[in-house]
Amino acid sequence: MRSPSPTVLGVEELPGRLAELLGSGGRLAGVFVDEAPDERLRLVVVGADAGGLSISAGYMARDDRHYPSLSAVTPAAAWYEREIQDLYGLSAEGGAPQEPLLLHLAPGSPRPRPGLGSHLEAAPAPGESAPGASRPGAAEIRSDDGQVPAEVTGPGVFTLSYGPVRSGVFESVGYLLETPGEDLPSVRARVHYKHRGIEAGFTGLDVGHGVLLAERVEGVASVAHAIAFCQAVETIAGVSPPSAAELSRLWHAEIERVANHLDSMLRHTEAAGQAVAYARLSFHREALMRIRAMASGHRFSRGVVVPGGVSGPPMCDPGELLRSLEKLREALEADLELLMSTPSFLDRLRRTGVIPCELAALYGALGPLGRGSGHGVDVRASRPYSAYERLGIRVSGARDEGDALARQHVRVEEIAESMRLAVVAAEKLRELATGSTPDWCLPIDPGITGEALGSVEAPQGELITWVRATGGRLRRVKPRSASFHNFALFSSAFPKDIFTDFAFVEGSFGISIAGVAG
Amino acid sequence: MPWVTRGLRSGVVTTRYPRRPDGYPGPWVGSVRPRTSPPGEVDSGLDLESLCPTGAIRWEDPVVTVDRGRCILCMRCVRERPDIFVADGEVEVAVLHPSALVSPGPGSDDERALATLRTDLLRRTRALRRSVHIRHVDAGSDGTEEWEIAALTNPVYDVQRLGIFFTASPRHADILLVTGAGSGAMTGPLVETYEAMPSPKVVVAAGTDALSGGMHAGSYATTGGVTASLPVDVLVPGSPPSPFSLLHGILLAVGIVADRSGGGKQHEG
Repeated sequence: MRSPSPTVLGVEELPGRLAELLGSGGRLAGVFVDEAPDERLRLVVVGADAGGLSISAGYMARDDRHYPSLSAVTPAAAWYEREIQDLYGLSAEGGAPQEPLLLHLAPGSPRPRPGLGSHLEAAPAPGESAPGASRPGAAEIRSDDGQVPAEVTGPGVFTLSYGPVRSGVFESVGYLLETPGEDLPSVRARVHYKHRGIEAGFTGLDVGHGVLLAERVEGVASVAHAIAFCQAVETIAGVSPPSAAELSRLWHAEIERVANHLDSMLRHTEAAGQAVAYARLSFHREALMRIRAMASGHRFSRGVVVPGGVSGPPMCDPGELLRSLEKLREALEADLELLMSTPSFLDRLRRTGVIPCELAALYGALGPLGRGSGHGVDVRASRPYSAYERLGIRVSGARDEGDALARQHVRVEEIAESMRLAVVAAEKLRELATGSTPDWCLPIDPGITGEALGSVEAPQGELITWVRATGGRLRRVKPRSASFHNFALFSSAFPKDIFTDFAFVEGSFGISIAGVAG
Repeated sequence: MPWVTRGLRSGVVTTRYPRRPDGYPGPWVGSVRPRTSPPGEVDSGLDLESLCPTGAIRWEDPVVTVDRGRCILCMRCVRERPDIFVADGEVEVAVLHPSALVSPGPGSDDERALATLRTDLLRRTRALRRSVHIRHVDAGSDGTEEWEIAALTNPVYDVQRLGIFFTASPRHADILLVTGAGSGAMTGPLVETYEAMPSPKVVVAAGTDALSGGMHAGSYATTGGVTASLPVDVLVPGSPPSPFSLLHGILLAVGIVADRSGGGKQHEG
């Protein structure tokens, strides 16, 4: 797949360019900061329309700490602006002061993030003081959960801090709920608890180690992140992976999709008290994880995708792989059919967590979330990569109910298609094993220099990864997960829901917090 | 109603571990170590260290060691130097002290120290033996550890059969099961959770990230594992550890199984 090259602009031209894109039916796919080869900073806006991805890079003057607000053009940019403020200390001009998103809220926590290693760190942005000191005027936006201003007032309304340590085995995330007791008029997510500084971790690694870190950005989507990263590296190196490697990548990516969709359903069935369905589905997922381990030596298929291809042929007999897969496919489809005709289950999802189609379009919602709200973006079909074109993917149509049930339907259909693709790919891999020894990996020039964008359809939705390397070392890697992009919509999903719906809304979003917090 | 028959359809799928060894895993990677023959001795190890993304490989002339507390099982060393490194499918990988994670194994001094640790842990957990409640806290994981922990309650592992339960409140918990590289913002909630637990209590750190920070060790946002924030009793390496390894760690914590170097007590049932 070809990566679009950046259109160079002045930073002040970006809002106009973005408005133009949105006006012609496009959507915002991501915003991030990167240093240009001449060490000036540029604000990179990735847009998407029917023609694919486009990149606009707005160059900033050397000492400028501000850029014109993009969230004034579309609310989809708001979380990106918060992230940029935290990680680079640049703020959007003309907007309200933004609450931190990724960095620790405690007073005295350094911001922007330490270790920028450039002129940025030496001179804190106006309104910010040096790391360690208390920040003047910060009381409006910072500090611990109890000091956050209320969004809702009224008789009996109180703020409930839910998390980061919650009941059950979940990733850490905090929610601030403002409620009169049952309704949830305001829900705000706190994702900073898990921030690991992933993006900074890439700097200086070679591409072989870089892919290992890419797998850990959002561990449950290891394969998708590894493919997106490698796609960008391969574009820079001018290498196309061998077709056997493309097949293997597709197989692992589809199995990963099924595992993730099952995770969403496990949350639903557990919250709905469907004990047998929960047991059956968790049994199927275990079978799936074992099939992955059989093929790759790892239950999350780590170490399979490497720059240039895959690390080797499947570790087991492809015939055995196919047999286990077909057995699982049959059992899984039978159980999902029964689940989707169990009224006591469906009733919990129907009209729960509604994201209206207009809102999904406004935010450019991705993956099953978008497809459940009439917004049918699927990279596998619109910008085919790996072996998707060869095997022919059937994309399920978008639904327009926008509720958790619609997202569940989308996932059930996607599981069927993914299992079909995985079986077809396994058949082709078996054919390969009987013939000659195919190439699994092509060498990548150890001194690659350049920049490119990779994009894949992760289980959570469109994932884009920006890679810039000099002399074989990574200088900037920015993985933009669908979890990050979609999670900005989470607080909009509750206008008609109550406390007991929370688990279903959360489960149906299918977010990995690791992928949001970075 | 159809779910009742559906539930019975597959018969018993539950593992018999730890009473019997489990047939799974097959061809998969549990740990990486230097080959035993020659016993980790090589002529030059400078380029060996750079093979490893997390600094798990150390070369002190002439001995090469692998620290499983840092190893993320990426297999790069095994692929590039199969003459020196080897991977095996070992799942009982939990240990009581970081030194036991280094191969080749600890010397006799370390063995004595381990024996002391074992005795101390057993004394503390004697009262818990029949039933333990676990509180899990994610301190900056990549999300995979949570899936593997949740898998412990599926019908295959079904840890309730062993008297192991997950609990919502730290006040009801005996074991604190921690995952993640120790993100700065989770240190407070993590320590608060630990302090809210009644004594005796045991801390199990699960996953290479929790043991050393893994690939996030040098990050501005992590503490390089959770061992700096909490007194960790049981260490479970892996990226992520498989459910069997997690189960081994939990059973080791309450003295139901032995660690690899042979202490503890064998399962009675």
